[in-house]
Amino acid sequence: MKEKTLTELALLLQQRELSSVELTQYYLDRIQRLDTTLNSFISVTGEEALKQAAVADQKIAVGEAGPLTGVPIAHKDIFCTQGVRTSCGSKMLDNFIAPYNATVVEKMSEAGVVMLGKTNMDEFAMGSSNENSFYGAVSNPWNREYVPGGSSGGSAAAVAARLTPAATGTDTGGSIRQPAALCGVTGLKPTYGRVSRWGMIAFASSLDQGGPLTQSAEDAALMLSAMAGFDPKDSTSMEREVPDYSATLNNPLQGVRIGLPREYFSEGLDGGVENVVQEAIAEYRKMGAEVVDIDLPNTRLAVPTYYVVAPAECSSNLSRFDGVRYGHRCDDPRDLEDLYKRSRGEGFGDEVKRRIMIGAYTLSAGYYDAYYLKAQRLRRLISEDFQRAFERVDVIMGPVTPTTAFRKGEKSDDPVNMYLSDIYTIAVSLAGLPGMSIPAGFSDGMPVGLQLIGNHFDESRLLNLAHQYQQVSDWHRQAPEDMA
Amino acid sequence: MEWEIVIGLEIHAQLATKTKIFSPAATAFGAEPNTQACAIDLGMPGVLPVLNREVVRMATKFGLAIDAEVAHHSVFARKNYFYPDLPKGYQISQFELPIVGKGVLEIDLEDGSSKTIGVTRAHLEEDAGKSLHEDYHGMSGIDLNRAGTPLLEIVSEPDIRSSAEAVAYAKKIHSLVQYLEICDGNMQEGSFRMDVNISLRPVGQEAYGTRAEIKNLNSFRFMEKAIAYEFDRQMDILEEGGKVVQETRLFDVDKGETRSMRSKEEANDYRYFPDPDLLPVVLDEVYIESVRKELPELPNEKKHRFITHLGLSSYDASVLTGSREMAAYFEAVAEAAGGENKQAANWVMGELSAALNKAGTALADSPVTAGMLGGMIKRIADKTISGKIAKQVFEAMWSGEGSADNVIEKRGLKQITDNAAIESMIDAVIAANPAQAEQYRAGKEQLLGFFVGQVMKVSKGQANPGQVNQILREKLK
Repeated sequence: MKEKTLTELALLLQQRELSSVELTQYYLDRIQRLDTTLNSFISVTGEEALKQAAVADQKIAVGEAGPLTGVPIAHKDIFCTQGVRTSCGSKMLDNFIAPYNATVVEKMSEAGVVMLGKTNMDEFAMGSSNENSFYGAVSNPWNREYVPGGSSGGSAAAVAARLTPAATGTDTGGSIRQPAALCGVTGLKPTYGRVSRWGMIAFASSLDQGGPLTQSAEDAALMLSAMAGFDPKDSTSMEREVPDYSATLNNPLQGVRIGLPREYFSEGLDGGVENVVQEAIAEYRKMGAEVVDIDLPNTRLAVPTYYVVAPAECSSNLSRFDGVRYGHRCDDPRDLEDLYKRSRGEGFGDEVKRRIMIGAYTLSAGYYDAYYLKAQRLRRLISEDFQRAFERVDVIMGPVTPTTAFRKGEKSDDPVNMYLSDIYTIAVSLAGLPGMSIPAGFSDGMPVGLQLIGNHFDESRLLNLAHQYQQVSDWHRQAPEDMA
Repeated sequence: MEWEIVIGLEIHAQLATKTKIFSPAATAFGAEPNTQACAIDLGMPGVLPVLNREVVRMATKFGLAIDAEVAHHSVFARKNYFYPDLPKGYQISQFELPIVGKGVLEIDLEDGSSKTIGVTRAHLEEDAGKSLHEDYHGMSGIDLNRAGTPLLEIVSEPDIRSSAEAVAYAKKIHSLVQYLEICDGNMQEGSFRMDVNISLRPVGQEAYGTRAEIKNLNSFRFMEKAIAYEFDRQMDILEEGGKVVQETRLFDVDKGETRSMRSKEEANDYRYFPDPDLLPVVLDEVYIESVRKELPELPNEKKHRFITHLGLSSYDASVLTGSREMAAYFEAVAEAAGGENKQAANWVMGELSAALNKAGTALADSPVTAGMLGGMIKRIADKTISGKIAKQVFEAMWSGEGSADNVIEKRGLKQITDNAAIESMIDAVIAANPAQAEQYRAGKEQLLGFFVGQVMKVSKGQANPGQVNQILREKLK
């Protein structure tokens, strides 16, 4: 059963070949048996999951089921879940139980989905290796010595290890796509504004976007249809209809123009990764797509721009964690200042502190113009690069990451090197564009992802292209061996 | 040395919306602590602000009322600082691009002159909560009911040169926001709070001196006192060759003095930046014009109309347009009085205001309604009663004896206008005072007053004084 995709399982449920309770119990058993070495879950909500599954089975029995009713999934522990701890991977929120659901959680729940639990992540979504979690590092299911990527590392690892058919994630600079690539699963970061941010704990508000991690593009289409849409509680969500993403998956690729940015195939890109990506692109040629080289001249500015914008917003977003109303509070504070300093000092990990400090610095009087304002201008230039490219091509393709997964501990003392592992994903986030990572092969036994980048709100096309590739390849169906 | 005081005001007017600026929680005053604060006001993880459209309409109204440019594009920014009653660790405010730009306000001074004060800007922001330091033994309580309450911060140019001007300006803004129905103006409940920036400079010098800011004044009288104290304090420092420290000060109401709260050196770097959770506020001309159509008649327009159409003096017109309520009451009186505008003005500003003050009653609760007062003035005009009797009638109406006509009827106060009746009273008075009549006829004409008084006494004040005068003169010839 573990090799079945979300779409296939949903069909089995609707045909009553399988009950949601059986399916849920199956995955709960797998989590219990296999997650000890992976550490991909922070919370497993078995009891509640089985209750939800029973409700789903009833709905199916009376013919009130939707396409996702009864399917189990996991939520990244950044989405608030009413009555269930939402830790955001931080000691700060180890004791936090939200009195409300994130819109994404609410929508999935309305669709009848069963929640297995909450997945591990880099603390406050800051990291590219999932080593920055208060709940410990997550292992890559393809090799336990390696990182799964981050920050949605728990979600990617859980889907790759088939501990859940699908999971939600969030992507600020690559946090869905990079772990999807490193774990060999399908990950989609939608257009900024496509999925509501309400109840999704903010890291960098102008970049954060929720999306699915799944086995296949077809699954991602199902998930996104349920997650997306305007939310009056999020002013930055777009009042725009949600298309039927499943309906266009089989559109022919004849004449589709694919752009390859020269800047994404240059210095720093691992040869093994490049070969896999090139082979995947060759498949697209075979399917009738037209492939051209394009330029995104400001690519090299993306990482520095991101590391001004994101920490600036993070420094402000994380000010609310002050030990006053909820979350970690130090013991016996002497006075207010002591309460702030020790609660925050004890509650946050090093990477979070580093980014808060960078952000506070770039926003401070006298530095604002040189950093924050300049970064905003560069962000516009980066965005314009893409807009010019989309005048010539329909979709942009390239690698997701410069290398395959690295060893645990390899980059944890070298933040800048770590930041560079998001070099191909960050520009897309800054431009607010949808981006996708799909499994395209292996290099030295570790998965390699192909990145698809679309114009704003062109998720349908990305899913269409990804699905067509998955019709002629089986990388996405390959799973690591179970290891307890 | 002669010193000139330079004053600028920052006024926080709480906008009279039902719900908060970025959340659906209620704004009503006086609820139990933390019962009017939702997850958004508490700054819970993952929550997001959504702008209350009503505040934009209210700010636009204010901008139009002071002839300011209403921004087509304004931006909410975060003002970052840590404080327990600031749940998010930042206040959402407007910084570089406020919704209301430069405007002007004309103020009337007591000597009858007027002066134009510039308004630099007005911007929207959320209020913080309240820290409660009593009753918690070594700890502080936090009440977040007020957190997220919408405020319009109105910043003046440093155009003000005396405490009288400062008070006139603040009162004018206070009246204007109530005219516009965007603020209830309740100063006890903190709906209208003033920060005063004060500096001194030698008369004739152009450059400004170093200023001190007195925060959170909630009474015009305290503001006047605080300015006076601050003037003396700064003058003493400067005359002794010292330097005024740029700092925030508080006015101690009990001691009548200001004291330092924090100096500039300890001041926060607020790290302002545009709030990425909120989109820019974009207003087009169609919207702005639609708000303009909603504007009521503004104080200055009303004052002008009172002078040109109702024939009032400039002073009377200013006083009567001081509040929308007062102006409306006056207009209702004048109408009920059949166009006796001057009389209506005198009675509203005189007897009525005095009675309200004495009883500590609000105009809205006046036992004498505009209709009653107007009806009484009508009876003066048609000579049913004299002005003197009217005072009695007014008092009776005030104590609940009904309309003027009722009082006149019941108390038999109708004026005696019958010539024959007046003549017989006069004859009796002259007959009873032969000596005085003799002296009058001999040329001591001041005695006319004596005779008028006697006749009025006999008539119990009801004889028409004009007729009494006229007939007396004839009879005493």
